[in-house]
This record gives sequence, C-alpha cells and structure tokens, in this order.
Amino acid sequence: MSLEPQELTELKSKIGRDPTSTELQIVAAEWSEHCSYKSSKRHLKMLPMKGPLVITEKGYDSGVLDVGDGYVVTAHIESHNHPSAVEPYGGAATGVGGVIRDILSAGTRPIAIFDGLRFGDIEKDQQAKWLFKNAVTGIADYGNCLGIPTIGGEVEFDKCYENYALVDVAAVGFGKKENLIKNHAKKGDIVVLMGGSTGRDGIGGSQFASDSLESEDRSAVQIPDPFIEKLIIEAILEARNEKLIHAMKDLGGGGLSCAISETADALEIGIEMDVDKVHTRESDMHPDEIMVSESQERMLIVTSKTKFKKLQDICKKFRIGCSVIGTVKSDNQMHVKKGKKTFANLPTDVVANATLLDLPSKEPTYLKNIEKEKKLKPISDYSKTMMKLLSSPNIASKIWVYGQYDHEVGIRTVVKPGRDASVLRLDNGKFLSVKIDGNPKQCYINPREGAIGCFEEACRNVVCTGAKPIGMLDHLQFGNPKDPEIFWTFLESLKGLTDFAKDFKIPCVGGKVSLYNETPDGPIKPTPLIGVIGLIDKTPQIPQRITNDDCLIIVGETKDELGGSEYFEYIHKFIGGKCPAVDFTESKKNMKSVLEIIPKKLLKSVHDCSKGGLAVAVSELSMNNQIGCKVDLNKVPAKKLDVDRILFSESHSRYLLTFDKKNLTKVEKILKKNKTSYNIIGKFGGQQIQFTKGTKSIIDLRVDKAQKMWLNSLKDLVLHG
Amino acid sequence: MKVGVVVFPGSNCDRDMYHVLTDVFNLDAQYYWHEKSLPKNIDAVILPGGFSYGDRLRAGVIAAHSPIIKDVQKMARKGVPVLGVCNGFQILVESGLLPGVLLKNESLNFMCEWTNLIVENNKTPFTNQFKLEQKIPIPIANGEGRYYVDDDTLKELQKKNQIVFRYDQVVNGSSNRIAGVCNEDGNVVGMMPHPERAVESEINPIDNKPSSLIFESLLSKMGVSN
Repeated sequence: MSLEPQELTELKSKIGRDPTSTELQIVAAEWSEHCSYKSSKRHLKMLPMKGPLVITEKGYDSGVLDVGDGYVVTAHIESHNHPSAVEPYGGAATGVGGVIRDILSAGTRPIAIFDGLRFGDIEKDQQAKWLFKNAVTGIADYGNCLGIPTIGGEVEFDKCYENYALVDVAAVGFGKKENLIKNHAKKGDIVVLMGGSTGRDGIGGSQFASDSLESEDRSAVQIPDPFIEKLIIEAILEARNEKLIHAMKDLGGGGLSCAISETADALEIGIEMDVDKVHTRESDMHPDEIMVSESQERMLIVTSKTKFKKLQDICKKFRIGCSVIGTVKSDNQMHVKKGKKTFANLPTDVVANATLLDLPSKEPTYLKNIEKEKKLKPISDYSKTMMKLLSSPNIASKIWVYGQYDHEVGIRTVVKPGRDASVLRLDNGKFLSVKIDGNPKQCYINPREGAIGCFEEACRNVVCTGAKPIGMLDHLQFGNPKDPEIFWTFLESLKGLTDFAKDFKIPCVGGKVSLYNETPDGPIKPTPLIGVIGLIDKTPQIPQRITNDDCLIIVGETKDELGGSEYFEYIHKFIGGKCPAVDFTESKKNMKSVLEIIPKKLLKSVHDCSKGGLAVAVSELSMNNQIGCKVDLNKVPAKKLDVDRILFSESHSRYLLTFDKKNLTKVEKILKKNKTSYNIIGKFGGQQIQFTKGTKSIIDLRVDKAQKMWLNSLKDLVLHG
Repeated sequence: MKVGVVVFPGSNCDRDMYHVLTDVFNLDAQYYWHEKSLPKNIDAVILPGGFSYGDRLRAGVIAAHSPIIKDVQKMARKGVPVLGVCNGFQILVESGLLPGVLLKNESLNFMCEWTNLIVENNKTPFTNQFKLEQKIPIPIANGEGRYYVDDDTLKELQKKNQIVFRYDQVVNGSSNRIAGVCNEDGNVVGMMPHPERAVESEINPIDNKPSSLIFESLLSKMGVSN
C-alpha cells in the first residue's frame, strides 16, 4: 500500500533527492490507481468526449452539458466498492457524499442520485444479504437527509461478487450556465478548507481502493455525516450566488494531497499550506495523517482575501468549519508546512501526474469455448419457469429498495422509479431522463458485446421515456489490471463502448475506473456500468394505465441470444452461450422510430425488453397495470427460434409499444416509413398472462399471483430468507 | 398576505414549499432562517419537511429549541394558521404545539410511497375547502412518521375534533391510522404526508386537485381575515 520500488526511484530522480515521509504519503496517495488512473488513462483517451452540448472547463470533477435556455446539467459517477465490502453502511453512504460534492464543485445543485448495487448470491450467501441490506440503508440515510431524490439504479446478484460489493453512485446536477464555477486563481489568493473536520478516518483510503481487498482495514473507511454535507451544499450555493468562489474542488480519494496537487496542477499555480491551520477532529494529528485523511464532507475553495469575510459569514450562518490553510503562489510547487517547518515541497506536476503504464493484454483462455452451448434439460412447464424467473432476485421488483429512498423530494420526479428510466422536469420546460445499466453476466461471456449492450440498454431505457441520449458516463470495474487476461477484457469493453459512442455521436462526459476488484475466489466478472443522460424537449412518455383491448407491438428482432441471460443462469445454472450483440443499424432505426412516435401522443406505454427477455417485459406491463395479456409467439419477428429463445432471449434494440387500438394505423405508418422490423404480437385484457404458439398454450398465469410473487420475493428474501 | 417558510439547518423541502406557495398559488412567501424572528404582520407560518439537525437525537427535537420557535408559539397563540409538514410536524410536536409523538415506522424503514388520506376535520385553515371524508392521494417520505398517542389522549383528540387526516389503510402503524392532527383551536395543523409534492399534475400521477385544496383552504381563510 505504498509506492512500488521503481516508482520510488522515479520520484527520487524527478525531485533530485530523497523524499520526506510526508512527501512519500502524498505521492503514494496521488499515484495510487484510484487517483492517477495510471493503468487506464492512456486508453481512456479513445472515448469521444466532445459534442455540441458538452462544456469543458479545467478542473471539473463532473461532466457539463448545455440543455438550452441558459441552463446546464452536470453528471458524474463513482464507486465505493472496497469500503462498502468492509463496511457497507458507511461505504455506500460516503459513496453518495463523494459524487454529490463532485456535482457541487462545478457550482450546480445536485438534483438526483442513482445507484447500482451488486452483491453475491443473496439466496445462498448470508454475507451478501448483510452487505445488501446495509448498503441500501446507507444510501437511504445519506440521500434522504440531503433532500436529493434517489430516482434510479439497479440491483444485481451474482456469485462472482461473493464477500464483495460493487456500490456505484451517479449523480446529476442542474443550474444556470452563468453560475458555473470557472476555475481560476492568481497569486495572493487564499486557499480555504471548508466543511467537516479532518480526522483519522479514511487514512490511506485511495491506496486501500487500489489493491486487492486482503485486509479489512476499517480505519481506511470514511465515516458519513449527511447533515454536514447538506449544510455544505447550501453554504456553497449561497457563496456561488455571491460570486465568492474562484476555484473549487471536493476532497475525495487522497484527501488534501490530491485536492491541493490537482488544483495547483490544473490551474498552473503553486500552493503553500500550513497543516496547523486545518481544523482537525483530534489535536495530535501528524502532518502525514492530515494530508492523506479522507474525512468526508470537505471542500477546498480558492478565493481572494477580500471575499473571504463574506465566505466566513456564510460558514458561520451554517455553523460549518472554514479555515484558511494556504495561499496561492506562482512557483508551481506544493509546499506543505507545519508552522515554519517544511514537511513537503514538491513540483505539482510531479505529484499530479503519475507515470502512465502500458500494461500487456492477452485474450483470456476461458473465452475460447464459452459461447458454445450445451444441451439443456427441456422445460416441461413454462408457467412454472416463468414464476421462478419472476421471483429471481435479479428480476423481482426492487420496490423494497427504492421505497426506502425519498424519490419525490425536489418536486421534479415526473416518472417515478420502477419504470424504464425516471424522468425529471427542468426549469426550462424540458425534461431529463437518466438510466444506469450494467450486465456482468453478458460482459463475462463477451466483454465487447456485453459492454456495448449495457450502453444500448441504457439508451433504450431513456428512449422509452421519449428522451434523446445526449451524454454518457462510464464506470469500468474490473479485477487486477496486472493480469493480462483481465486487462484484455478491460480494453475490449472500452473499445466496444468507444465504437458505439462514436457511431451514435453520444459523448462520454464523465467516468471512473475501478480496478483490483478481487474476491477470495478471484476477479469479479467485467462490470462496466453505463449511465446515459437523455433530454426531452417537450413531451415525456408518461406511463398511462393499460386497459382492455389495448394493442401490443414489438419493435425489433428477437435472436438466438441466450448467453448470460437470467434464463440460462438462474433456471439452468449454465454460464455460456451466445451473448446478445447490438446491430448498430437496427438499433438506430428502432430508436428513431420510437422517438418519432412518442411526441405524437399515440402511446400509453413504451417498455424495453431486457433481463428475462420478452416474457418478463410483457409480464411487467401486465403486473404494473393489473391486467392480463395474450401474446402469440408466432407473431414475434424472429428467425425460426425455439420457444424458450423467443420467450427469454435478451436480444437488444427491442421495445414494447402499448396503445389504444384506434391509434394502430398511425403507429404502423411511422414504423413502416422507417422500415422498422415490428409486429403486433398481442393485446391486453382479462386476468391471465398468456403466451401461446398459434393455438397452443405455452404460459398461462394469473396476473395477481404473478404480481404477488414479483413484488414480494426480494423483500421476503431480505427479511425472512 | 404573507406566508413565512421557516428554514432550519437541514430543512430540505423549504424550496419545494416556497415554489408551490409562490409559483402555484401566487402567495407572497418569505424564507425565515431559524435564528431570525418572525415579523408581526405575518398571515401564516409553514414549517417544511426535511432533516433539521440531521434528525439527531430524535426527529425535530433540536429544531424545537431554535429561537424562531418562540415566535411560532406566539403566532399560534394569536390564532395565526401554522402548518407543519413531515419534519415540520415533528418539530411542532416536539415544541409542544401539537399533542402526541412521532415514532419510527413499524417497518423500521424509511418509507417513500403514495398514500390516500381521509379528511376527518374540515374546519381548520388548511382543510376548510374539503368535504368530510374526502380522499387525498398524497406521498409520504419519512422514517419517523408513526404518530402515537395513548388511548386517553386519543379519546380527547377525537372528542375535541383534533384528528385532521387519517390514512385509508394501515401505512406505518400509527395510532388510529392518524396522519395529521391540529391543536385545540384548530389553527395549528401538522401532517406527515407532503402536500407540496402533490399539487402539480405534472408530478402527481393520480389527482392533484385534492391536495391543492389544502392551500386553497389557506387562501380562503386569508380572504376571510382580510
């Protein structure tokens, strides 16, 4: 958990002397994988980051998108995997806190939180259940207290996360373009540390997160205090309105070391600071501890001497700490003193820019045969299989989770959680739709197609609300990058995402890489998580109640793609088969058609087919509307597929359109005009969920029974299982 | 016609309430920081929801000792309409302006969901436009929302018509399914559900008219007093 021998040599040669102990701590924090991205950075450049709506400024910790009429949306994603695996409540809560401060750093108010949670097999593994329960409570307690709605996310269980946890948090902010902080500083400006006190929690957190989880080092986990965070948000937004902030950065991984060095490096200035001026929780903290503590709820602000008085008044009003810890110099040095004694004096570019690695990669041997299928036990009763799938923790309703999150506060939530993507209203009359999606089961079988699939699924979900994708966030989570086979899966995923982003002209506005995600049984499955931000100019697709005789159309082709599906993995316990692949042309065509139909207000609901395939997607519509449906599998556009493939294949680019039959001609007209592959596959009515093949009944379930199973199974598992 | 929205450290529904008062109902609303005093000519006071002082110790208990509460008590005694929503209700209870206590929900979890209220008292400044037993679809969002009173107090409340809202079914285990109460004079009302989240059709998936009557009742009351 410190510098590698060659890194120490390199540091010595760069500064021409032996580093002090404080310097070693500072550099070890900043050169950690977590802070420096040394393994991934040279490859991340392949992603397209520019676009007509993207606003770039130096030193931003979040992506900024122009949504018109003088308003901007900011977005960022982070994970808190290592801490959450050790202490899920605090780890998950501080994960929320960190990403919220990134949104705040740009000068925007955070307006929504999203979280992606992944744990081991919750049906068998008590540890997974404990981690899950506490991570959810951690997020709820933190987000609810801040008054920022948690409006979306996903929960997934897979054996590859045994004794481990992936806790990913994304956040979105909103504000006026003119209020964005334009990070700048000049000689003589002062550096202020504002917020919570610096304590001994989270010491070495970033190095802890850059290594395999071998020791359960609880002191490396940060302690959450959402009340202080809430005060900081209000104080900073008040200071922003008064134009008191020249530059701002949140304190996250690496604590003061990273915040000071990165701010100085980005603004091309020097900073001289005195650790004695930092308000601490304990009186006997060593400078090394102060510099690398990852105590939460702290912000670094650069302002002028004349503006400081007003800033101090605001902090007094909210009763939060506010210390002048340093001054801006012109020497590009990071100079750390305690009183008059120097503890560190390093060039900022040396600290902030670790030497990037060029790691070797090699196709993993496991991939050679994985797409081959084995002969499966035939299904004798598809209704039973269907009930089992609906109760699968990965498919069952997540209401137990999002029911604990305040998803209404802020009064923007137009489409509530539990649908494809939540929708927020913005002050300029437009709407924002955001979704995060991951799919480690598919990414394991095919890292490239799997990653593209996550991206397309997130796009599909926002398209279902009528939104055009305008930006993406990527969070790339893999095992130890020094294993060439793991690094290959990282590169493949990244290349896939890049191809999709370029082809669909969706810029990457932010992201994060989390490596060294290893469990006692080995690395996690490749888990890229993709967030897509969509913008709706006028009319969001708000789900309306489906009634008798409403028509159901499927847009898109169903293919023989059961690899990584819930059907293969949960029902047959089989890992392998052909991973769903996105056909870019078909995907674009289908998105275009759906986005053309929605504003015409012809549809009652648009839902995508994903986990569990067509069968689960249709059932969800029935269960959410408490109405039966009858679907003929012969009508589903597909090339000679067996029944189980049509029902459960997780092929991408598919949408279910539900509408009053009087609108049929108008809907078909647009689909035909765009040469979209589609068909009318059934209609709603009655109290049974029915799938037939011609006249032969395949699935026949009572809606209320299915709904009960789907709504309660996850909750029952957590509380009584 | 001035409405004061009291802001405590950790309030987080103050801006939502302000938006509804000003943009939806065209009222003259003002924020009042908890250390300030309330002007004498104020027509109504609203304590919004949130997590004052991070819900430390017990929801609402620290805010109940804020300097501004003395003014709220004075106004309440004068008969000025006072509404506490969610954390505001908890603060009113903790400051002795309303009877009862608010305990952790029976599930021990934070609950965010849409519920149905039944209007039990339509004589308060916030319910005078309702019919008795009218239903209001409205969301709750709280961890400590289970209203509790002992049986004797419950009888008193019933006798004095102090139960303002009840849930139409068991939501969190509160006594007598109570969701909102008022003081003996009826001018101080506290409720756990969030009317400010339900008055705009854009964000209310069911029906925004019933919740709007809470604010229209206040408007009507002010019309009378002016």
